[in-house]
Amino acid sequence: MKMRVIVTLKSGVLDPQGEAVRHALGSLGFEGVNKVRQGKMIELDLTETDPVRAEEQARQMCEKLLANTAIESYSLEPVQG
Amino acid sequence: MKAAVITFPGSNCDRDLAVAFEQAGAEVVRVWHKDTALPAGVDVVGLPGGFSYGDYLRCGAIAAHSPIGSAIAAHAQAGGYVLGICNGFQVLLEMGLLPGALLRNAGLKFVCKPVALNVTSVESDFTSEYGADAQITIPVAHHDGNYTTDADTLARLRGEGRVAFTYAQNPNGSDGDIAGILSENRRVLGMMPHPERALDAAQGSADGRALFAGLIGAFVPG
Repeated sequence: MKMRVIVTLKSGVLDPQGEAVRHALGSLGFEGVNKVRQGKMIELDLTETDPVRAEEQARQMCEKLLANTAIESYSLEPVQG
Repeated sequence: MKAAVITFPGSNCDRDLAVAFEQAGAEVVRVWHKDTALPAGVDVVGLPGGFSYGDYLRCGAIAAHSPIGSAIAAHAQAGGYVLGICNGFQVLLEMGLLPGALLRNAGLKFVCKPVALNVTSVESDFTSEYGADAQITIPVAHHDGNYTTDADTLARLRGEGRVAFTYAQNPNGSDGDIAGILSENRRVLGMMPHPERALDAAQGSADGRALFAGLIGAFVPG
C-alpha cells in the first residue's frame, strides 16, 4: 500500500523559504496570507498491505531518515489507489 | 599521524582537505563512501565540503547513512578525532555526533566570502594553536549554514566551552553566531568555514594552518 509522508519545519523553527514565498504572494496581489510554511511530500509505495504495519514502517523511516526530528515534524497518511 | 579523508559522491573539497592534512605533516589515506571500514591506524577522519548525494532530502542526510557511516560513528565513539567542514559538518549533525541542525541561510542566498571568526574555545586540539580570543579570517561557501538548536543545548554548548568559533558578523542567521562546535570530548569538530581554503597567504589568508597544526601536534610525543 502507499503512504504519504508530509515533512515540515517545526512550528518554532524559522522558515526563511516560506517567508520568501509569502512576500512573493503579497507582491502578486494576494492579500491576507498571514504565514507560509514550506515542506516536502514523500510518497512511499510499500509491499506491506496491513495499514497499521505500513504506518509503523513509515514512522520508523521518518525517525531514521526522512525527517530530521531536531527541526522537522512529520505526518503520515495512507494513499488510496 | 594518519588522516582518512572521506569522499562521497558530490564531495568537492576532499582533495583540498587531503592537501591540508599533508602539509601539516600527516599521512593521508583517501576513503570512498562505499567502503565499510576505515584503514587500520587512522587517527583522524576528515569529512569534506561539497554536495554529498546532491544534497538530496537534506544536506548530509544520505551521506550520514552511507556504507562508511557506521565506521565513522564507531571511530568517534571510541574517542577518535573527526573534523567535519561545511557539508562535513552537516553530515556530523545528521549522524547525531554533534547536536543541532543547519537550516537554509536566513537571507536565502548562497554566501561565499572570507569571514572574520572569533576563536571562542582554545580548549581543544583543533583550536589550541590559536591565541585566546583570537580573530581569524577563513572563507565560507554555503547555502545551508544557519545553525539552530534548542535553548538548553545552546546554553550547554556555551557553558561547556564547546562553541569553537563564532562569526564576527553573522552571514547566515546562525543561533548565537555559531560557526563551529565541539563534541563533549572535544575530539569532534564541525564547522561551516573552510580552514583548508586558508593555508597560504596567496589564498587570502593562512589562518587555517593552525587548526591542522594543532591537530597534528596532539600526536607528537612529549
